[in-house]
Amino acid sequence: MSLLSLRGLTVRYPQAGVTALDGLDLDLARGETLALVGESGSGKSQVALAAMGLLPPQARVSGSVRFDGTELTALDRPALDRIRGARIGLVFQEPMTALDPLFTVGHQIALPLRAHRSFSRRRAGARARELMDLVGIRDAASRLSAYPHELSGGERQRVMIAMALACEPDLLIADEPTTALDVTVQAQILALLADLKDRLGLALLFITHDLRLVRRIAERTAVLRAGRLVETGPTARLFRDPQAPETRDLLAAEPTGRKAPVPASAPVVLEARGVSVAYPGPRRWLRAGPPRLAVEGVDLTLRAGQTIGVVGESGSGKSSLGRALLRLEPAAHGLVRFEDRDLTALDRTALRPLRRGFQPVFQDPMGSLSPRLTAGEIVAEGLRVHAPRLDAAARDARAAEAFREVRLDPASRHRFPHAFSGGQRQRLAIARAMILRPRLVVLDEPTSALDRTVQRDIVALLRDLQAAHGLAYVFISHDLAVVRALSDTVLVLRNGREVERGPTDQVLERPREAYTRALVAAAGLEGGLAQA
Amino acid sequence: MTAYILRRLAQSVPTLFIVVTLSFFLVRLAPGGPFDLERPLPAAAMENLRRVYGLDQPLLVQYGRYLAALARGDLGPSFSVRDLSVAELFARGLPVSMTLGGLALLVALVLGTGLGALSALRRGAWLDHAVTTLGTFALTVPGFVVAPLLQIAFGLSLRWLPVGGWDDGAPRNLVLPVVTLALPQVAVIARLARAGLVEVFDRPHWRTLRGLGLPPRILALHAVRGAALPVVSYLGPAAAGLLTGSVVVETVFGLPGVGRYFVDGAINRDYTLVLGTVVLIAVFVLVLNLVADLACALIDPRLREFG
Repeated sequence: MSLLSLRGLTVRYPQAGVTALDGLDLDLARGETLALVGESGSGKSQVALAAMGLLPPQARVSGSVRFDGTELTALDRPALDRIRGARIGLVFQEPMTALDPLFTVGHQIALPLRAHRSFSRRRAGARARELMDLVGIRDAASRLSAYPHELSGGERQRVMIAMALACEPDLLIADEPTTALDVTVQAQILALLADLKDRLGLALLFITHDLRLVRRIAERTAVLRAGRLVETGPTARLFRDPQAPETRDLLAAEPTGRKAPVPASAPVVLEARGVSVAYPGPRRWLRAGPPRLAVEGVDLTLRAGQTIGVVGESGSGKSSLGRALLRLEPAAHGLVRFEDRDLTALDRTALRPLRRGFQPVFQDPMGSLSPRLTAGEIVAEGLRVHAPRLDAAARDARAAEAFREVRLDPASRHRFPHAFSGGQRQRLAIARAMILRPRLVVLDEPTSALDRTVQRDIVALLRDLQAAHGLAYVFISHDLAVVRALSDTVLVLRNGREVERGPTDQVLERPREAYTRALVAAAGLEGGLAQA
Repeated sequence: MTAYILRRLAQSVPTLFIVVTLSFFLVRLAPGGPFDLERPLPAAAMENLRRVYGLDQPLLVQYGRYLAALARGDLGPSFSVRDLSVAELFARGLPVSMTLGGLALLVALVLGTGLGALSALRRGAWLDHAVTTLGTFALTVPGFVVAPLLQIAFGLSLRWLPVGGWDDGAPRNLVLPVVTLALPQVAVIARLARAGLVEVFDRPHWRTLRGLGLPPRILALHAVRGAALPVVSYLGPAAAGLLTGSVVVETVFGLPGVGRYFVDGAINRDYTLVLGTVVLIAVFVLVLNLVADLACALIDPRLREFG
């Protein structure tokens, strides 16, 4: 008999006119790991919420969720509370916000023990320490009295797992448990989950958008699209021989192909020597503390048509370097030369006319587009500064052209940013840079917030634009698969310093440095890793 | 922590200095003086009075003398209430004002958080709308309208409670003034508590806690602590306002508190009384804000880096 059994599970939001889940059938046996895969909006998180009775009050649920023979949807709250947290553990994505910021970690881990097992404060504390050891948090005794904001992202996620496991549940539901974490931390958390599952005999429902993780952890995989189950089967078989076109589409979404080399005679667009970024240290009384070096002495040379991929974990200085190259970082030192001009010596006013040549595209496409301007106005805004003689009609015509260039419908330029999807917003951000005909574009994590299939299209677009205009790219990303598909050379940063650099194939397939090897292994790249 | 408190207290000295200086020269800008009567005093008597109270000196000298006295904790003699110092006036009035204000604060806190919590738990239901509507009403109708209505209803028609007077703080005499003072505060606190709770309910960590199957008792602890910050930070200045008395309530109910001193002092050009009231209110505001900040740091560990 299966431990968790969904039959015809349907979740509707009548007010919004949305059907989030449509007649889902799914079974999970004791001790089994099932991956539930889908892109954003596929309804995969709704499964976890519906099973745990955590859907918002507007949601209408029908169908059945049976856990170990008990129909969960029929239970009242006290009865449900005897199961959730005790027999079913739940781990959410947001390690930043999923813990209560006002209570110590020790208090929070002890909560389920005190509620379900009636442990005394003392006994719950002792068990909390054991759990911290179990999930691999070093120095458990002192970390128990820490608050969530004093822990790293990885540690917070371990604490979440410890809370979920406190009462030795039969089933652990993990909803994107590694998504917000660095790749190396991601690999550690995955290994921890796999290990705990074996040691404790857990069944694991692993919900993710990332197929690469699935292969490493799940025996069976179910693919969800638009609230429907499109395919389910053993993971190996699903990867080898996908049946449904949706599965094939997801599998093909891994960025593929390599960057074609650029002739050595191409003109140098960007040259940087000894670029450093030093932020002032925390203030102590009235004096500034010792400065914190975010970037330390980085050199790079980039020719027209070339792409340099800058990779590293969060805090490695990738974004600071990007801002320093664009002269957007007041704390930067070192020499930056764009084409034949030394930018270092120029002040704001002297830089302004040159800025047209080197443009940024930032990560968060929602945050970097003004919500009060139409998409067309946003895209054309740079022309007001750099081509002041153009009138409104001419600017609008250029905007329409830029929309076509990034394959957006020009008619959509009268709409506001919130009416666009994540991928479309990223196209807007690219169009905003392209309308100025730059020679250099610094792209800071332009694909990180996007689903894999959308990512694939953006990668293709960036490639085409580069080929058409001979653009030079500085491509900043923590995603090695995308970097590999786009870059000529790769620069690996750690704590602001260069760890390794070289041609893409060499760095990602035959890394010299241990740190690069760890990054590559954690990313689980296809091809390169398989051959190694 | 102790260093932080001491530093905050030290920081309030310049604030107090600026407040006192501005007020000192502002009251002197008003035409007339403390001894101008409808029938003018004989010139010699006037001269005498002015010399006794030091008003014949240049303004800057008077200012210096006032600051020096203030530094010793001496608020000076009252100009309008003969034979009493400002400090003695406060000693009589403060217990009255603080009793009323303290009770009003207590009532507002209990009712406000209770209604706010009910509202947040029944978000969008009729109870929520009712609390919001009544709250707007309580906030917008001024005390000088509420107080007479209460007097008419409970004093004159029903004859349950006296319409005014202090009577050594007899509980019957306290009810109507306390209700008048508390009403708008109930509304503000209910609104803040509701908003705070709703915010907690929308946070991802709330889903985590519910997913742990915790009993309502433990969930309530987390909700209350999470929602407490805006209420506590509001309570600092609100308490300062309530405890230093209300002109309207003390006038309408005929109560001998300190709230009236401010207006009476200003009308009578009782310079020392006006300045004394300013100092009193400023000290209450500074101290109670410090207390509120410390309470916030106690609630939220992220505020504990006392920089």
